[in-house]
Amino acid sequence: MGGWTGQLLRVNLTKKSVKVEPLNMIWARDFIGGRGLAARYLFAEMDPRVDALSPENKLLFATGPLTGTNASCGARYMVVTKGALTGAITTSNSGGHWGPELKFAGYDMVIVEGKASEPVYLWVYDEEVEIRDARHLWGKTTWQTEDTIREESGVPDAVVASIGPAGERLVRFACIINDRHRAAGRSGVGAVMGSKNLKAIALRGTRGVTVADPRAFLEATWLGKARMAKNPVTGSGFARFGTLATMDPINEVGALPTLNHRHGQFEGVKQIGAGALKKSGRLLTNKACFACTIACGRVTKVTGEGAARYLIHTSRKNWALAAEGPEYENAWSLGADCGVSDQDAVLMANYLCNELGMDPISMGVTVAAAMELFEKGVLTERQCGIALRFGSGEALIKMVEETGWRRGFGDELAEGSMRFTRKFGHPELFMGVKGQEFPAYDPRGLQGMGLGYATSNRGACHLRAFTAGAEVFGKMDRTATEGKAELTKKLQDTGAAAFDAPGLCSFVDSAVGPKEVVPMLVAATGIPYTVEELLKIGERIHNLERLWNLRAGFTAKDDTLPPRMLTEPPPSGPSAGMVSRLREMLPHYYEIRGWDAEGRPTPAKLAELGLA
Amino acid sequence: MAHRMLKIIPEKCTGCMQCELACSFVQTGSFQPSRSVIRVHLFDEQASYAPYTCFQCREAWCMTACPVNAIAINPATGAKVVLEATCVGCALCALACPFGTIFYNPDTKKAFKCNLCEGDPACAKACPTAAIVYEEAAAPDWMAPWSEKVHSRYLEVVAAGGE
Repeated sequence: MGGWTGQLLRVNLTKKSVKVEPLNMIWARDFIGGRGLAARYLFAEMDPRVDALSPENKLLFATGPLTGTNASCGARYMVVTKGALTGAITTSNSGGHWGPELKFAGYDMVIVEGKASEPVYLWVYDEEVEIRDARHLWGKTTWQTEDTIREESGVPDAVVASIGPAGERLVRFACIINDRHRAAGRSGVGAVMGSKNLKAIALRGTRGVTVADPRAFLEATWLGKARMAKNPVTGSGFARFGTLATMDPINEVGALPTLNHRHGQFEGVKQIGAGALKKSGRLLTNKACFACTIACGRVTKVTGEGAARYLIHTSRKNWALAAEGPEYENAWSLGADCGVSDQDAVLMANYLCNELGMDPISMGVTVAAAMELFEKGVLTERQCGIALRFGSGEALIKMVEETGWRRGFGDELAEGSMRFTRKFGHPELFMGVKGQEFPAYDPRGLQGMGLGYATSNRGACHLRAFTAGAEVFGKMDRTATEGKAELTKKLQDTGAAAFDAPGLCSFVDSAVGPKEVVPMLVAATGIPYTVEELLKIGERIHNLERLWNLRAGFTAKDDTLPPRMLTEPPPSGPSAGMVSRLREMLPHYYEIRGWDAEGRPTPAKLAELGLA
Repeated sequence: MAHRMLKIIPEKCTGCMQCELACSFVQTGSFQPSRSVIRVHLFDEQASYAPYTCFQCREAWCMTACPVNAIAINPATGAKVVLEATCVGCALCALACPFGTIFYNPDTKKAFKCNLCEGDPACAKACPTAAIVYEEAAAPDWMAPWSEKVHSRYLEVVAAGGE
């Protein structure tokens, strides 16, 4: 056997116990790893109806058989739990070095159960596993936490995944940060970690990841790397411009949500887009996650005027030091959606999100909703502590910081925009699905994205079915609904099985697909997977998550979009006059999924997938 | 004779660790960065990533320190290589190396270091950005001028009767 280490760590924080268990290899074969395998464990072990922030919720960190190998980009791990933001099953993915380090320590997965009575962190150095006191780390930012653990353990190579003040304070969209700037970002996995009084998991692994057939494995991974080097996106585009390269083309088709999704174009793109980041000198270099041959990470720095312009209380060692960001999503949510066109404000808000441990997508969209409420006169300057005007960098930064610490008006925003807008009497201003805020593609101008958002198992998400690839960069008509159900299903299944379960980054997808991944998996594990079987596994994972959500209480009624997306077209730009025609696509989607009219998988479909 | 050497251009490094993966795979047959003899240091706050490995220095303090002559020179590549059969695992070489590029393996109880993969270094092949290249260099020991300077300064001080 290869690929998997064959072991998992089960940590019970209530009982203060740590156990090493053999991995269930039958499940491993059928669900591969990462998102799939962890979902299988969660499905078997936990009642989906428990409160996400209760000790009964479980928190799983899962790698795949390709994590820690030289497969580009095999750096990923998945955090799987019941999301604090959504109440749905969530699968938050992160890169950096943490996932590989877990494999090197000798484990495929960590299952965290219960709740510690005092703040603790988990220390793993190969077979040495300890639950350690973290009272002195509580209240520290993610960056301070990493530094402190490395210093006091005397292990400078330790890799740390931690929560910041936001996770401790149960901010609904708190994330888990590893390697300072890499995030398991969405759905509030950091709040779940905080509810367990678990501050961090620190790892050092010195063992190796072996593969079943080394020669065949190297051939397969080298082919993948060669294809990626030749591809214009993975070969040079992302290295030069990062994911920000997406901003201009999306804005051009009028699908860049602006001012809480009222408009589809933002005039400040020239100030916050990829070109501006290069020109302004803020961009220092690009950076790769472990084993990644793309290197899309943006290493940036704000200095001088920019650093002096905004008042930030969260202690940062030194503004002269480099940090990472922004990704396209963050530049959009903190920038365009809030109408902020000052690059420094966007960068600093982005850094703050990383330090405090919050998802910048949900953060930006929640601030945008608050800005619209302010504009409507529902919120006052007195109430918010600042004039919450669209376009105000000061307001953005103040709100981000206060939310992370749950201070002042930030305490309201910390509930996420669904709960926040409901509380202030305007639930229609929540821009998201199943409690989770939209990412950066307007479903009115990109019909496929709307269907993808509505049917994603973790709430609105661009990574589960990135139809924009075909609709903006490919040949598909973005305004048509035909073929979008088929495309959405295909992308959902492919993403789950080919990237999320094996431990690859989904950014390889423009050069590497199931055809290239299967030989890697076969050589790594020694199991004769086929492309057809892999796609079936993807379908199995998607359906299992769906079943979990149905048991948690979600119904077909939750597969929808906010009224603004369905009835209120953008007033101008190339997508003017368009709305999401979700209702034309959804029934057909259910049908090709083998689900009934209520969106429930039929017994026949479940039997076919081995889930009956 | 000019040998080919590993030339490292840190400005091109993205910190992806493909070199560590390739190096450890050659040595152990598994992906095990802790056994790699090329190591990438991520100076995140300075936006700088630096791979470093043995540059097969002329002084070869590891060779000088070895009490059993377990480190030899491969005439084809100029690499200083550990003779595993001779090595007694005392780790004096690891203590002696001023650059920290020869290591002690607690599993095998032997020293290990870069041997330039017999003239076909896996790290250089694996690097996606050509931050590590294996090429002919005029001065195979690019630290030599520095060490000569330090040496002559030392001799000057001694000659002047200083400490």
